[in-house]
Amino acid sequence: MGQVSLTVNGTVRANEVEPRLLLVHYLRETLNLTGTHIGCDTSQCGACTILLDGKAVKSCSLFAVQCEGAQITTIEGLAKDGKLHAMQTGFWEQHGLQCGFCTPGMILSSCALLKENPDPTEEQIRMGLEGNICRCTGYHNIVKAVQHAAVALRKEG
Amino acid sequence: MATQERMFGASIKRREDPRLITGKGNYVDDVKLPGTTYAAFIRSPHAHARIVSIDSGAALKLPGVLAVYTGKEMADSGVKPIPVGWLLPNIKIPAHMPLAVDRARYMGECVAVVIAESPYLAKDAAELVQVEYDVLPAAVEGIDAIKPGAAKVHDEIADNVCFRWTLGDKAAADAAFKGAAKVVKQHFVNHRLIPNAIETRSMLASANPGTGEVTLWLNSQNPHVHRLLMAAFILGMPEHKLRVISPDVGGGFGSKIFIYPEECILTWATRKLLRPIKWSAERREAFMTDAHGRDHVTDAEMALDASGRITGLRVSTVANLGAYVSLFGPAVPTYLYGTMVSGCYQIPAIHVDVAGVLTNTTPVDAYRGAGRPEACYLIERLADLAAHAVGQDRLEFRRKNFIPKESFPYQTPVAVMYDSGNYPGALDKALKILDLPRFQVEQEEARKAGRLLGIGYSTYVEACGLAPSQVAGALGAQAGLYESATVRVHPTAKVTVFTGSHSHGQGHETTFAQIAADELQMPMEDIEIVHGDTGIVPFGMGSYGSRSGPVGGSAIFMSAQKIKEKAKKIAAHLLEANEADVTFEGGKFAVKGSPDRFKTFGDVALMAYLAHNLPKGLEPGLEALSFFDPGNFVFPFGTHIAVVEILRETGEIKLVRYIAVDDLGRVINPMIVDGMVHGGIAQGVSQALWEAASYDESGQLLTGSMMNYALPHAHDMISLELDRTETPSPVNPLGVKGAGETGTIASTPAVANAVMDALAPLGIKHLDMPFSPGRVWEAMRAAGRTQGGI
Repeated sequence: MGQVSLTVNGTVRANEVEPRLLLVHYLRETLNLTGTHIGCDTSQCGACTILLDGKAVKSCSLFAVQCEGAQITTIEGLAKDGKLHAMQTGFWEQHGLQCGFCTPGMILSSCALLKENPDPTEEQIRMGLEGNICRCTGYHNIVKAVQHAAVALRKEG
Repeated sequence: MATQERMFGASIKRREDPRLITGKGNYVDDVKLPGTTYAAFIRSPHAHARIVSIDSGAALKLPGVLAVYTGKEMADSGVKPIPVGWLLPNIKIPAHMPLAVDRARYMGECVAVVIAESPYLAKDAAELVQVEYDVLPAAVEGIDAIKPGAAKVHDEIADNVCFRWTLGDKAAADAAFKGAAKVVKQHFVNHRLIPNAIETRSMLASANPGTGEVTLWLNSQNPHVHRLLMAAFILGMPEHKLRVISPDVGGGFGSKIFIYPEECILTWATRKLLRPIKWSAERREAFMTDAHGRDHVTDAEMALDASGRITGLRVSTVANLGAYVSLFGPAVPTYLYGTMVSGCYQIPAIHVDVAGVLTNTTPVDAYRGAGRPEACYLIERLADLAAHAVGQDRLEFRRKNFIPKESFPYQTPVAVMYDSGNYPGALDKALKILDLPRFQVEQEEARKAGRLLGIGYSTYVEACGLAPSQVAGALGAQAGLYESATVRVHPTAKVTVFTGSHSHGQGHETTFAQIAADELQMPMEDIEIVHGDTGIVPFGMGSYGSRSGPVGGSAIFMSAQKIKEKAKKIAAHLLEANEADVTFEGGKFAVKGSPDRFKTFGDVALMAYLAHNLPKGLEPGLEALSFFDPGNFVFPFGTHIAVVEILRETGEIKLVRYIAVDDLGRVINPMIVDGMVHGGIAQGVSQALWEAASYDESGQLLTGSMMNYALPHAHDMISLELDRTETPSPVNPLGVKGAGETGTIASTPAVANAVMDALAPLGIKHLDMPFSPGRVWEAMRAAGRTQGGI
């Protein structure tokens, strides 16, 4: 067994884990943070995307033990003090989700996208979400959700 | 309380979203029970093989492995084959055991299962199970499987033909072709697709040793159907001892309708081990084992008179059903396909014959649209080819052959009666959005510059809300096709609606609450929509075939009427007024002409449960159960227009514009309906341009992951231009038609016709889908040799 200690959604966590335990299983099974989903085995779908030290990362592609000392944000940690993050609001307002399964990963990828480019064009949003697959929305309203959030976040400054 | 604004027709934000955007959704894999064990399946790596031996000794020695079960053990315990839900005349149904007993018939078929204390351990142990196979020749393509000498998928079915089915008047169709001025023929391949809901199939089975009840959490589109078939037909357990719970479901598109081996195996095994057992498919398992869609090979011909009117249609299709007959596998290429080949055209004589063929491939069943996309693709491609053959403009040809607005209800020669329609209305609106004259100039300029810019039209009609039960039964359905709803008013006038429909992304918690809020004149916040649990919802047929709105929503409407009738009786009694003199407005029962004499809905609800002062003979309580069994299907229709440009250098196709004008009858929540149309379009566009399942000649699935099966990404799609016309359906009290599948049905031929239009200057008339750059480039090169195209 190996040891891992890291910060998840602001809380320090330390656990004994199998060295081969994937980060996504650590989050879902060990920490019971089931908002991070698993949609494929080949790191294509992006449903498991989390923020690791501020970067969008597919948590199916890392072992938990590789994340020693990391700062992780999952979908459960995005809203602050009961207030939805602008990206969450954007998805709700613009009907950017249907079944909701890809949504946590899609939202976190979109957050990382706007962090790098606060005022993206439609094309940049579409290219920026290349790592996340949605089967319900045809991406039409996801693009609008990200645009909605971009406007709100720029206003917030 | 003031009369509230009508909810029906309003784009209310979804009530399910706050939990789904904060990670608080509850999908099956999120459900946790103490003491849970985990399953891992040993699957055949071969498309066709005899199972010589299974050695589980090494796996069982691994600490933490509880059991390894084989097909023989399961069959010996009395488990029965998985049943088929739609029977056709003379259909041959081979036994489909949950675990293969002596032969595996497709790559991925379950051969054994390991149950262990952890999921990682279960997978380790599965690696240790040694299965010896004797590999057999495989039949892969439907058209090859019926040739003499083809490998036999099941020994008892010598020609691999599961059924032959015909529809229409052959003599009349033959006569139309004899007298035709022009005949257009085309060979079509409507290739196989893999559904790919982003949440894979997932389940958790738990037996209660005290009561003998088993609870199965399963991401099912129709939990009651799962319960009924598994209990009554497969596992032989009393139906009331099995509870199926389908919580939040991450997409379905048809793939979560059917009874799969894994849920039977887990439910069976938990009763033996008395431990909860969980399994969630890996994506590679989803590719191999979720029922696939489409896979038709068709020869079709259309007869025309000298003026360009369609006089006859003959269709001959080989439908690849896969290795076993899936739950609705026989219905999809027959009653959901042959009945819709008339499209939106007046065709006096039609004949359809279909051979359903067994092959060593994954079973094929309903995938978004289910039969109607195949029919729509066929007739809309033929319309373009026929217009070209008779030298007419494609739109002029369509208008000439449209079923006129005043002809509804319209009886087609292929069994169905279209409920309502206005086909030119939708076409006109779509052309206006397009600005056709402007586009024509653009296209002419593009062509002069050597650019391949094309436009495609799909003037479609489709059928949903399959009904009525009696007719479906006469045609072979082994189930009713009604829907149930219970409306329960609590003593505090809060309401719970139990619906037999199920949501896997459609937003029923919002739209159904809109219906109930209007009828009961109360805020949506006071109404809870409950679905997906056989333990608390009385009965249900579930969600597929775009039936939830027209059938499920109507059942809620019916129950709400019953509630109002009873409440009015109580109110009249309390007000000492005649029932006929009591009105229900703004949430109040008032005496006509004396608006100050009233009882609120709350007063009435409370009295219904206190029962201190009720009309003589009236039972206490305020609850109503209804089953809505519609008199007919509903038939959404519309026009979709795709504009594409093909890059000459690479054969790559870019979607330039996409316009959809749909008529879905009355619309409950426009925002939600638009969303479903968007998603449907992406799936249909994707069939035309990108997605295709592919097997090699030995039956190995070559497209077994998201790395080699081309699902659309955000940058593949464009923003879509949507509008609607509204022709209410007379079939249900809400006037709604289905909305979940139109996008998929209409879009594939729109794109195909656009691609062919783009290639028209090169003299290319038809290519089969998907229009991959390689295929298009090859065709351009081949055309170039004769036409100077490239």
